[in-house]
Amino acid sequence: MQPKIIINSKAFKLILKRLCYELVEQHGDFSDTVLIGVQPRGSILGERIQQELKNIAKVDVPLGKLDITFFRDDFRRTEKPLLARTTEIDFVVENKKVILVDDVLYTGRTIRAALDGMLGYGRPSSVELLVFVDRRFTRDLPIEANYVGKRVDSIDSQRVSVEWATTEGEDKVLMFSTEKEK
Amino acid sequence: MEQLSVNHLLGIKDLKKEDIELIFSTADNFKDVINRPIKKVPSLRDITVANLFFENSTRTKLSFELAQKRLSADIINFSASGSSVKKGETLIDTVNNILAMKVDMVVMRHSSAGAAKFLSQNVKSVIVNAGDGAHEHPTQALLDAYSIREKLGSVKGKKVLIVGDILHSRVALSNIFCLKKLGAEVMLCGPTSLIPKFIGELGVKVEHDFMKALQWCDVANMLRIQFERMDTKFFPSTREYVMQYGLTREKLEKVKKNIVVMHPGPINRGVELTSDVADSQNSIILDQVENGVAVRMAVMYLLASKIKR
Repeated sequence: MQPKIIINSKAFKLILKRLCYELVEQHGDFSDTVLIGVQPRGSILGERIQQELKNIAKVDVPLGKLDITFFRDDFRRTEKPLLARTTEIDFVVENKKVILVDDVLYTGRTIRAALDGMLGYGRPSSVELLVFVDRRFTRDLPIEANYVGKRVDSIDSQRVSVEWATTEGEDKVLMFSTEKEK
Repeated sequence: MEQLSVNHLLGIKDLKKEDIELIFSTADNFKDVINRPIKKVPSLRDITVANLFFENSTRTKLSFELAQKRLSADIINFSASGSSVKKGETLIDTVNNILAMKVDMVVMRHSSAGAAKFLSQNVKSVIVNAGDGAHEHPTQALLDAYSIREKLGSVKGKKVLIVGDILHSRVALSNIFCLKKLGAEVMLCGPTSLIPKFIGELGVKVEHDFMKALQWCDVANMLRIQFERMDTKFFPSTREYVMQYGLTREKLEKVKKNIVVMHPGPINRGVELTSDVADSQNSIILDQVENGVAVRMAVMYLLASKIKR
């Protein structure tokens, strides 16, 4: 079945911009704020947010990239071993206001692992969560986002994928259905 | 390559080149982990590892233990002195008794070559060889090659010289297998009495003139003279060995080359190399120790991922 486009590139840009304005409202001059993107796809969103904040608020917010592989709770429960990506965090998180960034919020397990992994870099004064797509109704854990690009109603057999101009050629969000919907 | 082709780490000989590369890329991630303020990840929190050291060890044992703790594994330690081995218990019985306590992985050092393989065929557990007699010491070879890769960018095409007591050395054999698989050239150097006669068949060069060998190499791995394994005299005197094969500042200056100096430890200072060489810029001996923890974390992480619940 053809994937359905749920956010096209025009809406995509608007959402990105709106998320940044929400951040500006909450964080003012961003003096103690840092962005941490969850590897691999959250880091791309992190980069876009960082760039957009430069454009609209003239601030350069530090961006870290956090790999959560070793903190996942499904090690030895999947067929393939979990292979790690690099973590690049060259600042201390201690007493910082952290904005955790990921592309899709689904079960909440990734964010649970990210919170765990991030604590290895210090004790932040606060942590907020920004996601581009929130697949509500599918949460396994009590985790919610502070900033949401778009809320999407989906079922487990569906898959939501955020695509980027830098990696896939165009900014858009797709929904795939693996089974025929009844 | 997403997972190892083996279920145990018994020797480098059983590994494919891709296995080694996978271990290295995973070790890169763990090296990053052990340089964080909090150096621990929870990956192996439901794994219990037994460290069975039937032979003495300082570095390897500490390194394995630290690697296990950094991965949050539960560990039990065992050393042959003060154990029932002295009362005549067999290896399989000892290990099976330990496994009865629900252990998932065994890290073993033993004085008999093939002990790890024997164990892997007879007990139900993941086995990691931490040195078996004069046979193999796979994690040492992996960390040596990893350290070369880190220092020089890659192992492929590099000229690596292994000097000294090749005959009694499991490190030498594992290093030869590992370096050859990664595409390095290997040369052995030492007195005739300490180089096995047919070692050339493994595809390595043999040179008895130390200065010529130094001139040839990019990396010199100075092996320890294993006095404890020598039941007869293999060279006339330690002094003569040092004159011919000991690495000194003067010899390094004479070849006018930037040679990376390695040693698997423990160093007999003033024998294999002098203190000024061991502590010099050329030496990556302490990097080897640091990398040892990351490489062992990678090995145990990748092997543990094959233990199904």
